[in-house]
Amino acid sequence: MVTSNSAWETIIGLEIHAQLSTDTKIFCACSTQTGCEPNANTCPVCLGLPGALPVLNTRAVELAARAALALGLKINERSVFARKNYFYPDLPKGYQISQYDEPFSEHGELTIMTATRDEAGHARDWQPKRIGITRLHLEEDAGKNMHEPQGSAATGDDNNYSYVDLNRAGTPLAEIVTEPDFRSSWEAYDYVNHVRRALQWVDASDADMEKGNLRCEANVSVRRKGATEFGTKVELKNLNSVRFMQRAIDYEVERHIKLIEAGGRIVQQTLLWDERTNTTRPMRSKEEAHDYRYFPEPDLQPLIVSPEFIEATRHAMPELPDARRDRFMRDYELSFNDASQLTAELALADYYERAARSSNNPRAAANWVRGDLARELETRNLNIAQSPVSAEHLAALITAIDTNRINGKQAKDVLPLMMTGGVTVDEIIKSRGLEQVSDTGEIERIIIETIAANPKQFEQYKAGKEALFGFFVGAVIKQSQGKANPKLVNEMLRAKLAE
Amino acid sequence: MNNIETLRQAIDDNSITVPKLAEATINHAKKLNPQLNAFLQLDRDGALSQAEATTLNGRSNGDADKVFRGIPIAIKDNICVRGLQATCGSHILRGYHPQYDATVTTRLREAGAVIIGKTNCDEFAMGSSNENSAYGAVRNPFDLERVPGGSSGGSAAAVAAGIVPVALGSETGGSVRQPAAFCGIAGLKPTYGRISRYGLVAFGSSLDQVGIFATNARDIAHTLRVIAGRDARDATSADVEVPDYAAQIEGDIQGARIGVPRLLFGEGLDAEVRAKTEAALNVFRDLGAEVVDIELPHAKYAIAVYYILATAEASSNLARYDGVRYGVRSESAMTLKDMYRRTRDEGFGAEVKRRIMLGTYVLSSGYYDAYYRKAQQVRALLRRDYERAFEQCDVIFTPTTPSTAFRLNEKTDDPLAMYLSDIYTATANLVGTPGLSIPCGMSSENLPIGMQLVGRHWSESVLLKLAHAYEQVQPFTHRPSVYADVLKS
Ligand SMILES: [Zn+2]
Repeated sequence: MVTSNSAWETIIGLEIHAQLSTDTKIFCACSTQTGCEPNANTCPVCLGLPGALPVLNTRAVELAARAALALGLKINERSVFARKNYFYPDLPKGYQISQYDEPFSEHGELTIMTATRDEAGHARDWQPKRIGITRLHLEEDAGKNMHEPQGSAATGDDNNYSYVDLNRAGTPLAEIVTEPDFRSSWEAYDYVNHVRRALQWVDASDADMEKGNLRCEANVSVRRKGATEFGTKVELKNLNSVRFMQRAIDYEVERHIKLIEAGGRIVQQTLLWDERTNTTRPMRSKEEAHDYRYFPEPDLQPLIVSPEFIEATRHAMPELPDARRDRFMRDYELSFNDASQLTAELALADYYERAARSSNNPRAAANWVRGDLARELETRNLNIAQSPVSAEHLAALITAIDTNRINGKQAKDVLPLMMTGGVTVDEIIKSRGLEQVSDTGEIERIIIETIAANPKQFEQYKAGKEALFGFFVGAVIKQSQGKANPKLVNEMLRAKLAE
Repeated sequence: MNNIETLRQAIDDNSITVPKLAEATINHAKKLNPQLNAFLQLDRDGALSQAEATTLNGRSNGDADKVFRGIPIAIKDNICVRGLQATCGSHILRGYHPQYDATVTTRLREAGAVIIGKTNCDEFAMGSSNENSAYGAVRNPFDLERVPGGSSGGSAAAVAAGIVPVALGSETGGSVRQPAAFCGIAGLKPTYGRISRYGLVAFGSSLDQVGIFATNARDIAHTLRVIAGRDARDATSADVEVPDYAAQIEGDIQGARIGVPRLLFGEGLDAEVRAKTEAALNVFRDLGAEVVDIELPHAKYAIAVYYILATAEASSNLARYDGVRYGVRSESAMTLKDMYRRTRDEGFGAEVKRRIMLGTYVLSSGYYDAYYRKAQQVRALLRRDYERAFEQCDVIFTPTTPSTAFRLNEKTDDPLAMYLSDIYTATANLVGTPGLSIPCGMSSENLPIGMQLVGRHWSESVLLKLAHAYEQVQPFTHRPSVYADVLKS
């Protein structure tokens, strides 16, 4: 890992484009559904036909507000849409409606938890870190260009055609730009995960990088420790997962340091991450220095967001993940790690909390949810929301242990049986005859039988070989076919042997 | 006299059927168009089927809401009418057929109007003479050697020549009022936000409004009522009640305060135009209006501000004509960039290119503050000028144009002189206030002269009432040399 090179400091800033989970586009009523025929979801507005006008989808504003609040950002009461002018075939109007000098939110800050990673990539030593958020603004997505590969022309002539699909044009995006505050690729990694979780938590965005509804670009530069000026930066694109982003940053940092130390100079450019070769390469169409000629979008009124609207939005949102993590640590006496893992997503936190309350054993609930249940779900390729075992049923299993109906080992065998769904703990215990024997008369009878069957060991125990106690416990449990309550067996056996 | 009320009367008393009227209108248009070049497209089939449909729906009998049933109307070519071309007077949109109706088109259809065709205009509404059309200049019906004004010259000429009683135009900086003045008819630019812009091809979005041409104030009132009002498809259309303008048009104008910016009656104003507008002012005095002097200290900057803001917005609005999706695409290009360049070079005319370049320049990094931002600041000062003026008066009175219709080619080599023909009109677009031009006399060369009333936001009723009062005592009866009375055919 090159970032440990102590003579150099890494400077990273991130831009995230998160698709807001609206049913319709930001400036027209077309569907945002994916996987449709090219240009099926288009109308005069998103085709940029002459005379068509944009009308703001208020749902996009609500979701942007949710996103901002989930990240702890303040929302400007007034923001202004602006046109970003440039020519590209996937941009039907010749400009993108975005926000510029009066964005939806600006000058924000959020605190993430970040950790260093050991050689195996395991997180060590989680620490809070503050990240400056330059801005969060609303904008529309562009469409997609598709190019026929050389020599595959579908038209039968020698030309290679390019096609434009505008289904995605006009999809609402929240762009979130940070200050250059990250000092390592793992900080960037932890930040993106933080943002993803927050957006998913409040249903603002699916925030799935693989599906492209969360896209990330990183600005990376290095400088000698102690330097005050920033080094020349490169912009990294085509980062299709958080892990790819982290690797791409490390790759670039190493490249920069080597190049500078060898007397070379960094060229400011946009680079694409190639996930097959684990290297970066310059974008083929070398971008010119664009003058986007931003100016206020005259077709839309300034966006006024009232304090009442913000309050109502806040009110309709679930308790935010960090607050919930802290509450789990406080109320349920969980470790930071456990509480963090259990608040990785809203459905998980909800599940855990129901199980914890229903079983009245938060500690055990945490262990089961993170341990056996997680494994069972994973082998079945299910997420927590799809769990065939409800939180209440899991709680019943925990209660069965706590009331000594079954022991922990038995419970571990019961859970897989519950995974088929629709079966209660009770039914399984009864049908499998697992009920733990806590009848002292019955246990005493087995103890007497067991001692009688093992006179030699009894003699040795009496002679002082106390290590044989375990042998008797095992023998009694075995004699009971595993049903005897181990705690009672322990107590009663010790008394019996002492007689 | 070809106006809504006489045609309504003729339809209602069975002296002409709606299909016959549509037919006669189309025939007149066809007959006069070789001289005027006012129409880019006539839609006989569409007009006749609309006419038949209104007949099926039964006759109306003076019902105010049915005043438009069967009335022929022409629409400027930068307003979308499904099924008809919308070239905007540009080669780049040759053959382009919009797949949807503009909101004004929808509202006219619903009111039963019969759309007979699309009228010629300056390319993308950029011009003051209609000489910037890729399909040839429009001629002024009063003098075929003169321009009808622009950019809505085709609509103005069609109404002035008696072909249709009403036509829609559009305004970004005087493009309805100026041709109305040149052609001796009435032209209204409503308050910004009064009429939906959905389906009006954008030029300067913060200035554009659909405008109305008619032969009198009452017909404008009827038309405005039909097409005005909030439209969910246009975020800049205002949710302000639409009154029954025609019902409010009668009555005396005693005590109305007419503000006159004396400084605008000075240098550059044609003597005859001044004389006729001064005379009109006296008519208003005689009708009981009070004439007060006002000041508009920043009026002298209006044209400069207008040409910065309008071109800035235009440079962005016209970016979509790139040859990718619709309209004309240059066939000779080998690369994407080349396709953009050649398509736009071959597709746009000289004035449009000039304005795109101007607008691109004023928005460019390093120039934005000096031009665009500064112009917006002056625009705010102009608004304040008007607010202050309207503390003293109800309407601002000026000539509509500094001169009468000029000759073809007279100003084509001098863009600045051309731009100055909008000197009295452009401010209303910058401020967003309504402006109305009506004829107030003829020059010694037998050319119409127009006067302009500009009112507070949403005060169209006031303008129409004053104009109507004037028309009652000073009816404009001059007929152009190229004229047809549809009912006498
Ligand atoms: Zn659409």
